[in-house]
Amino acid sequence: MSVAVTYTSREEIEVHKFSWAVSVGIPLVAVFIQVFFPIRLRFLTVFDLPLLVTIYFAVARRKPIAGLLTGALIGTLQDAFGHHYIGLNGIAKTIIGFLASSLGVKIDVENPGSRFLMTVSFYLVHQVILMLIDVALVGVREPWMWGHTLITAVANGLLAVVLFVGLDRLRLRG
Amino acid sequence: MESFFGRYKNPLVLMAVLFVQVVGLATQVKRPSDPKMPKSPGTRLIRVWAVTAFTPVERAFVGTGRFFRNSWHNWIDLHGVRKQNQELQAEIAHMRMEQARLKEDAEQAHRLQTLLGFREKFISETLAAQVIGTSGSELSHVIYIDKGSRDGVRADMAVITPDGIVGKIKDVFPLSAQVLMISDRDSGAGVILEKSRLQGVLKGTNLGEMQVDGVMADTKVEAGEQVIASGGDRIFPKGFPVGTVTSAAPDRDSGTFLTIKVKPAADLSRLEEVLVVTKMADQSPATAGNEGHVRAADILAERLPTVPKSEPPPGTSTQPAGEKKKGGGTGELKKQGANSTSGDTTAQAKPKIKKIEAQPGQTNAEQAAPGESPQQQTPSSRKPKAEEPKAAPKPPATENPPQ
Repeated sequence: MSVAVTYTSREEIEVHKFSWAVSVGIPLVAVFIQVFFPIRLRFLTVFDLPLLVTIYFAVARRKPIAGLLTGALIGTLQDAFGHHYIGLNGIAKTIIGFLASSLGVKIDVENPGSRFLMTVSFYLVHQVILMLIDVALVGVREPWMWGHTLITAVANGLLAVVLFVGLDRLRLRG
Repeated sequence: MESFFGRYKNPLVLMAVLFVQVVGLATQVKRPSDPKMPKSPGTRLIRVWAVTAFTPVERAFVGTGRFFRNSWHNWIDLHGVRKQNQELQAEIAHMRMEQARLKEDAEQAHRLQTLLGFREKFISETLAAQVIGTSGSELSHVIYIDKGSRDGVRADMAVITPDGIVGKIKDVFPLSAQVLMISDRDSGAGVILEKSRLQGVLKGTNLGEMQVDGVMADTKVEAGEQVIASGGDRIFPKGFPVGTVTSAAPDRDSGTFLTIKVKPAADLSRLEEVLVVTKMADQSPATAGNEGHVRAADILAERLPTVPKSEPPPGTSTQPAGEKKKGGGTGELKKQGANSTSGDTTAQAKPKIKKIEAQPGQTNAEQAAPGESPQQQTPSSRKPKAEEPKAAPKPPATENPPQ
């Protein structure tokens, strides 16, 4: 896997578009898989498919507002299936959506290596935001599990490399 | 001004969206989980919408999968049915014998509990439910089941499997319900360590592990000890299996308490079907055939022919002979006593004499049941005390204690 993080000029930026069905359907499918499959395969909870989809759409569209709104909607929907306060994932994924789309404007994120690094980084940022919200807003202080978080970040990064290739096929041509 | 918004459009939109979400987080809309009970615990509106939208799809997936799996299993299972049937018959025979022994032990325990005026909760009604979803998050250990308020599910009901406790109902929707598992960091259950009888609170952790808090560090707890529900939380049935102790070590921070890690009895990572405890009966444990009260002296007279029967003092009434036989089993005991040597009988009976003296209001059945055969015990033994036949009046307290 080659890691090539290259800067792009404004002229080089390719903004990708998606059909409405893909824009709405993929996040819904991601949330559905996230809540349905761990019934019997509990280990799947280490993956955060809604986060990966948020990152992908934000990076591909390269529009910060679209990215943050996508993150907000996906995160809020994801929150609805937990039992914690609604808004935890919403806020975290809003910020990730914004950061990912802003990053997509500046660097090449089509390369598998850069996708891996980007996803690992965003996963860690996402976890830090969740922890900060927990401490600052909810008032819950939990021990930070660095080892576990790093492993799950790498796992999500690897999944992202595969998943993003599949999602690339759903882009609108022309 | 216009250029300011134009220039900082993206960050401003981000701030606005975050602001809305933070405000939403702080003041979240709630509505009662049961419309008929406005004071019932509230459920967030967004949660109701999201779950209601996804539940039919999840139910369809689970239902379809179950149909195909059942069809396949039904076909496969036919091959081994005969052999399995023979094995099961043998197992039933073995379990019947085991049951007879346990029944006797249980009766003895119930008698002691009755003496202490003990009241406990029994599982009265359960509702089978299929697991149709999870939170999908490591930080939120919840599952969704396909039974909701329309099926009689209410918040705070216990959810179990035959292996052990699973959790409790948190949010209830019309067709589904959310179960907070005991492995979640927000859950808690009163537990007892079976051998040492130490009480503690079972809590979940971020990683979905379970640990018992509140046990002092100077206590000896061994790995492998069973953990059962204490019933103190009034949610989980007392005595129901919770898990097994895997390790116990002093708390790293304070060192005052033990951190006891527990492996759940129910496989929480592979739940397919669960039982919701919809009704718990609050009742006193009853004993078999305690229809009539008799005096301790009369029991001793029947049980121990070698002990001379004490003469009642003037003015005190004695129990008629017919009353004595009501308790059942006394004749059997008499026979046993007659068969054994008189020396042995006296030696065995002496400690019992003191106990009987201390409980003059006890029934003859309560005293006689240890020697009673399991077949003599009636099914009515599990009935609440209030439903039992009226006992004969207590003998006067002036009764002479046996020698």
